[in-house]
Amino acid sequence: MDKTWNNRAWFLVLPVLVLVAFSAVIPLMTVVNYAFQDTFGNNQFFWYGTDWFKEMLTSDRFHDALVRNLLFSAIILAIEVPLGILVALSMPKKGVWVSVCLVLMALPLLIPWNVVGTIWQVFGRTDIGLLGYTLDAMGIDYNYVANPVDAWATVILMDVWHWTSLVVLLCYAGLVSIPDAYYQAAKIDGASRWAVFRYIQLPKMGRVLLIAVLLRFMDSFMIYTEPFVVTGGGPGNSTTFLSIDLVKLAIGQFNLGEAAAMSLIYFLIILALSWVFYTVMTNVGADRPVKEAAR
Amino acid sequence: MSDQATTAAGALPAEPRSETALSAREHAASGRFRPKALIPILYILFLLLPIYWLVNMSFKTNQEIVTTMTLVPNHPTLKNYATIFTDPSWYSGYVNSLIYVLMNMVISVAAALPAAYAFSRYRFLGDKHLFFWLLTNRMAPPAVFALPFFQLYSAFGLIDTHIAVALAHCLFNVPLAVWILEGFMSGVPKEIDETAYIDGYSFPRFFVRIFMPLIASGIGVAAFFCFMFSWVELLLARTLTVTAAKPIAAIMTRTVSAAGMDWGLLAAAGALTIIPGAVVIWFVRNYIAKGFALGRV
Repeated sequence: MDKTWNNRAWFLVLPVLVLVAFSAVIPLMTVVNYAFQDTFGNNQFFWYGTDWFKEMLTSDRFHDALVRNLLFSAIILAIEVPLGILVALSMPKKGVWVSVCLVLMALPLLIPWNVVGTIWQVFGRTDIGLLGYTLDAMGIDYNYVANPVDAWATVILMDVWHWTSLVVLLCYAGLVSIPDAYYQAAKIDGASRWAVFRYIQLPKMGRVLLIAVLLRFMDSFMIYTEPFVVTGGGPGNSTTFLSIDLVKLAIGQFNLGEAAAMSLIYFLIILALSWVFYTVMTNVGADRPVKEAAR
Repeated sequence: MSDQATTAAGALPAEPRSETALSAREHAASGRFRPKALIPILYILFLLLPIYWLVNMSFKTNQEIVTTMTLVPNHPTLKNYATIFTDPSWYSGYVNSLIYVLMNMVISVAAALPAAYAFSRYRFLGDKHLFFWLLTNRMAPPAVFALPFFQLYSAFGLIDTHIAVALAHCLFNVPLAVWILEGFMSGVPKEIDETAYIDGYSFPRFFVRIFMPLIASGIGVAAFFCFMFSWVELLLARTLTVTAAKPIAAIMTRTVSAAGMDWGLLAAAGALTIIPGAVVIWFVRNYIAKGFALGRV
């Protein structure tokens, strides 16, 4: 849509600006403050330069948490994206069952995150949880409290349970926007099932899929509540992801300087990712007509 | 040559049509079970099983939970739910959560409406930067903000009030609402605005009388997602409250007592937090993907 240039539109944006400035800019400035200062207590701060950043960037603790988080994101993407596509492809296209599927699949998305943690914490226990009990009965030595591998498996399974539906719903939204004529043309050409997927469905899903991957990546990159409830970051530090580590550092140990430096590094990574996301999101001109027609 | 052409013209359209017609009939009329349907069914079972287990546990006594493994409660009891609905320290958690979630929803949507209109209709100095900056706030990890929020709201004496949590959640909900509403508003042709202005409508009157009804579904979706993201968030809500405004999700952690875990009560409290989402979801089922993708699908 062609928009008119009008700087008075700033008045319309003003409430949002004030609100977000209060809830984002001021807190962020506090963080910046701490990141460059140190204290002897009594609220007396002095300039500390960039030493916190040097310390943070060279610390094993930060590296480990970062690597752990990246590995976690990679694994859940590798599971959730193919699974999401598969489920979306096999969903019914019309009828009552579509609504039933959509509603049931969206259910985990709307459960408070710590309740998600609680559900899996209980579900995985060998004494009272169905999953843990069944695994135990099958003779598998499963204990997510003591064994790092089991803890990872539980946290990953939980995330797959919690968020795969998002990939499904986005892919499905992309799929239903494909006009029937495409499928008929493929049928006339005698295209195989794979060819239909590769040359019609996948390209048409491309943008939503990209959105899904980016959303999942960023959300898994700041995951806190669910693994914290299930494992508390343990056993040892094996499931301590970036956010969990940051909260431990800031609120647990009250190590403000390091925590602030880590926050800023963390935030810069997110900023870079957001830029990619923004470019994808606002670059919609290409396939708008198709969407409008389908709607 | 002409022979070939006629056969080709005669055969080509006829064959695929009959084939599609057949397969369509197969799919629609027969109701025959297709193996492909197995995938969504299995997936949904996988989703529902842990939820079922939670609900199942909530109807059991602690005695039964700890001692036996039963798929259906042997002696179904409503005791756990009764405890929650009669003990003020429990049900106040739900009330607190609902208060700050609703406050946040109203603030976010009210502030986002004019801003989204500005973004969808006008170009102005710094508009793209501002739009991007809003997105970064939606994506910002709450963990980064937990401590500064605590200090900021302490300074204003707002700790342990509902408005503190409502304002804190604006961090990610206002950008979300702006993006979703902008997506819906861009679908409304600009000619409508221009016609209304020519007809002598002032901006506020046009916005409330004509424009808002047009994007009513968008407002509903934005409100739903603000509600949802505020409802599921716990880190900030827990950091900013002590007792008076403590959300139910934080109260749940109380079930550890000297006598061990009160699993039944925990399960009942958890099951109740699923209800608000489960109730509203039917109405927004076609917009879920759109909402999560910030109005861009």
